[in-house]
Amino acid sequence: MKKATYLPAVAGLALCATSAWAETPVLQVLTYDSFVTEWGPGPAIETAFEAECACDLQFVGAGDGAALLARLQLEGPRTDADIVLGLDTNLTAAARETGLFAPHGINADLDLPIEWTDADFLPFDWGYFAFVGNAGADAPQSLRALADSDAQIVIQDPRSSTPGLGLLMWVKTAYGDDAPALWADLSDNIVTVTSGWSEAYGMFLEGEADAVLSYTTSPAYHLIAEEDDSKVAWAFDEGHYMQVEVAGKVAGTDQPELADKFLAFMVSEGFQSVIPTTNWMYPAVTPEGGLPEGFETLVTPAKSLLLSPEDAAAKRDVALDEWRTALSR
Amino acid sequence: MAHSAVPVTARWPDALAGVLVLVLTLGTLGAVAWRAEWGDGLDPADWSAIGFTVMQALLSAFFSVMLAIPVARALARRQFWGRQLLITLLGAPFLLPVIVAVLGLLAIFGRAGLLNTGLAWLGIAPISIFGLHGVVLAHVFFNMPLAVRFILQGWLSIPAERFRLAASLNVPIWRVLELPMLRAVVPSTFLVIFLLCLTSFAVALTMGGGPRATTVELAIYQAVRFDFDLGRAALLACIQFVLCVLGAVLAWRVTGNDPIGTGLDRVVRRWDLARPGVDYGVIILAAIFLLLPLAMIVLRGLPEFFNMPAAIWAAAFRSVLVALGSALLCVLMALALALRGEMMVSIVGVMPLAASGLVVGTGAFLLVFPFIRPADVALLVTMLVNATLALPFALRALAPAVEQIKQDYGRLALSLDIAKGSWVRLVILPRVRRPLGFAAGLAAALSMGDLGVIALFAGQSEETLPLAMYRLMGAYRMDSAAGAALLLVALSFTLFWICDRWGRADADM
Repeated sequence: MKKATYLPAVAGLALCATSAWAETPVLQVLTYDSFVTEWGPGPAIETAFEAECACDLQFVGAGDGAALLARLQLEGPRTDADIVLGLDTNLTAAARETGLFAPHGINADLDLPIEWTDADFLPFDWGYFAFVGNAGADAPQSLRALADSDAQIVIQDPRSSTPGLGLLMWVKTAYGDDAPALWADLSDNIVTVTSGWSEAYGMFLEGEADAVLSYTTSPAYHLIAEEDDSKVAWAFDEGHYMQVEVAGKVAGTDQPELADKFLAFMVSEGFQSVIPTTNWMYPAVTPEGGLPEGFETLVTPAKSLLLSPEDAAAKRDVALDEWRTALSR
Repeated sequence: MAHSAVPVTARWPDALAGVLVLVLTLGTLGAVAWRAEWGDGLDPADWSAIGFTVMQALLSAFFSVMLAIPVARALARRQFWGRQLLITLLGAPFLLPVIVAVLGLLAIFGRAGLLNTGLAWLGIAPISIFGLHGVVLAHVFFNMPLAVRFILQGWLSIPAERFRLAASLNVPIWRVLELPMLRAVVPSTFLVIFLLCLTSFAVALTMGGGPRATTVELAIYQAVRFDFDLGRAALLACIQFVLCVLGAVLAWRVTGNDPIGTGLDRVVRRWDLARPGVDYGVIILAAIFLLLPLAMIVLRGLPEFFNMPAAIWAAAFRSVLVALGSALLCVLMALALALRGEMMVSIVGVMPLAASGLVVGTGAFLLVFPFIRPADVALLVTMLVNATLALPFALRALAPAVEQIKQDYGRLALSLDIAKGSWVRLVILPRVRRPLGFAAGLAAALSMGDLGVIALFAGQSEETLPLAMYRLMGAYRMDSAAGAALLLVALSFTLFWICDRWGRADADM
C-alpha cells in the first residue's frame, strides 16, 4: 500500500493505474453522430445498460457510417474503442479486411427478412431504402416508372453518404447490366446530388423536390414525433434494397467480457425497444410489445434486396463508374 | 546585413506563426502521406474533377470581383443614412456556414423559392438553379461580400488630398487614381476568392446538380472516408497546393505597385458625382441579392428559436469561446507576419487557403492521436486550425496597412531610434486598428461556423454550435436546426460587428 502513494508521480504508470483502480470499468462504443444525440437511441441505451453492467458505457460519435470506418482505420490497432456500432453491409467487407474485428460469438434469434450468418458483425437494426414523397401526389410504382416520369428527386452522393451508396447498390441489384441505362433515364429526374442525407432531406422538406432518397421508416418520424401524416414512402415493384446496421467487437479490446455482454444486451429488449422511435429503423429483434403504433402504416416491400458484403464490395467500383458516367452527361 | 528602412522588430513571433502555418498545412499533409499506402496515380475522373474545380473557381472569382467593383465604388462615393450598417450587413453572407447559406439561397432561387413563385405568378416557366451557373451564383453570394470589403478598403485608402489635387488639375480620377488602386487591390482579391472556391465541396456538389460538379475536395473526401486511400488523398491535396502556388505567383506578378501617397485621413468630398441614381441602383441590387437569402434564414429560424434544446445553448457558448480564442491568435499571427512583410510571408499567408479542410483535420488527428485523446484537445485544435485558416484574410487586410505605415513612418522612426516595442505600440497599432478589428471579426465569425476539424475530433461534451445544428438535422429535427442556424448566424454576425466596430471606433469610414 505504501508504494501506491508514489505511483501517481510517475506519469506513465499513473495512466495505467487510473484504469486499473477505477471503480467502474469503461466500455467505449464508437458510433455515428445521430446515434449519440439526445434524440437518438444513445442516452436511453446507456441508462439501461449501465443499470445491469456495473460499468461506464461511453458513446463516441464520429460522423456517419462511412466516417466511422475511416475513423477506426485512422486509429488502427491502438484504438480505445471496444465496440464499433453503425456500419452497414456495404462497409463490412472493408471493415473485416482491416483485421481489427473479432467474432461476436452471439447466437440470437433475429427478426430480419433475410437470414443472418455473419460471424463478425451482429445487426442491431435494419430498414429499407425508399423514396419519400408527399401524400396525395402521384407515386411511381417502380424505379423504372420513376425514371420514365417527370418526378423530381434529390439523392445523396454514393461517394460520401451511406444512403447514396445504398441507392447505387439498389439499382445495381435490381438491374444488373442494365443499371447504366436506368441511371441515364433517371438523370433528368435528379434535381441534385447532396453530400449527405441531412442536406437532401432538408431540401425535400423545403419543397425543392417531389421526393428524397431515405427510408420506408422515415414517414414514421413525421407521424409519431410530429403527428404529421403528409409524408409517404413509395413502394417499388423491383423490391427495396435493405440497410442492415451492425456492430462488431474490436479484437484488441481491453474489456472483452464487457464487450460480449454489450453485444448480448444489444439484441435484447432494453436496447431493441428503444430503436424504433429514436433511430427510426426496424429493430433487429422485435420487442415484446411489438412495434410502436404508427409503424403498421408503413409500406412493407414485397421483395427485400441485399448483396452480401463481399458482393457489395466487389461491385461497388463498377457501379460507381456507371453512375458517374450516366449522370455526368 | 543591410539596414532596413524600418525599425527591426523581434524575429520570433513571425517565425512561430510561420511554423504553425507550415505544421497545419504541409505538416498535416505529410502526416497523411506518411500513413498512406501508395497505389495508382490519378484516374480520368480525377482529371475531370481538377478541370471542373479550376474552371468554376475562375468563373466564381471573376464574377465576384467584377460585381464587387461597382458596389464598392458606389459605397465609397455616396454618403447616406445607414451606410455603415449596410456595409457591415453586406459582409454577412461570407460568414455563413455552407449548409445554412445553401438553404437560404434555395429559399430565393429554388423550385419553391421566391423567384420561381414570382415567375409562376407571372406565368413564366420556372428556372432551375442547379448547374454550373448555380455553383457560380452560390460562390458569388458567399465571396462577393469579401471582395466588396477589400475593394472598398482600397477606395477609402486613396487620400482625400489626391482627389483634390486631381480635381484642381482637372485630370480624370478614374484613370489616375482609381484604376491604379484597382490594379493593386484586385489581383490579390481575385486570388483569395479563387482559392476559396478551389477547395469548395458541398456548395459545388449541391448546387452543381450531380457528379458533373465533382471538385478535388470531394475526391479527397471520397478517398479518405470511403476508400481510406490516404495516398490518393495526399496526392490530390498536393495538386491543390500546386494550383495555389501557381495562382499566388501569378497574382504576385500582375499586382500593380500602389502609387498612392500619404494623406491626412480626411473624408473625401467628391465633386465628380453625376447620376446618383446609378450608384444607388447598384447598392440596392447588391443589398437585395445578398440580404434576401439572409432574411429567409431569419424567418425560417424564428418560430423554433426559443424552443431549442438546452444543449444548443451550451454548444453556442463553446463556439463563442473557440471563436474568440482563434480571433485573438489569428490577429497576433497576422500582425507578426505583416510586420515582417516579405514575399515568403505572403506565400505562407495564402497557403492555408489551398489546404484541404479534410486533410488538415485528418493529418492533425494522426499527429495528435498517438499522444492525447483527440476529444480532450478538440476545442484547442479547432481554435488553432481556424486561426490558421482565417490568417489569409487577416493578412490581406493588415499587410497593406502595415506596409503603408512602414513607408510613411519608417525613416522617421529610424532617425528617432525608436525602441522595438514602442514602434509597434505607438506607431503601428493605433494606425492598423481598423484592419485589425476587421480581421479579428472575420476570424471570429469564420471559426464560429467551422465544421471541418471539430467533426473529426469532438465527442459529446465538446460539441460546437455548427456540429449541434448538423446533428439536429441528422435526427430529422429540421425546425430546431433552423433555429440553431439562426442563432449561429446571429452570433457570428454579432462577433464580427463588435470587432469591426471596435476597429472603427475613432474613424469615420
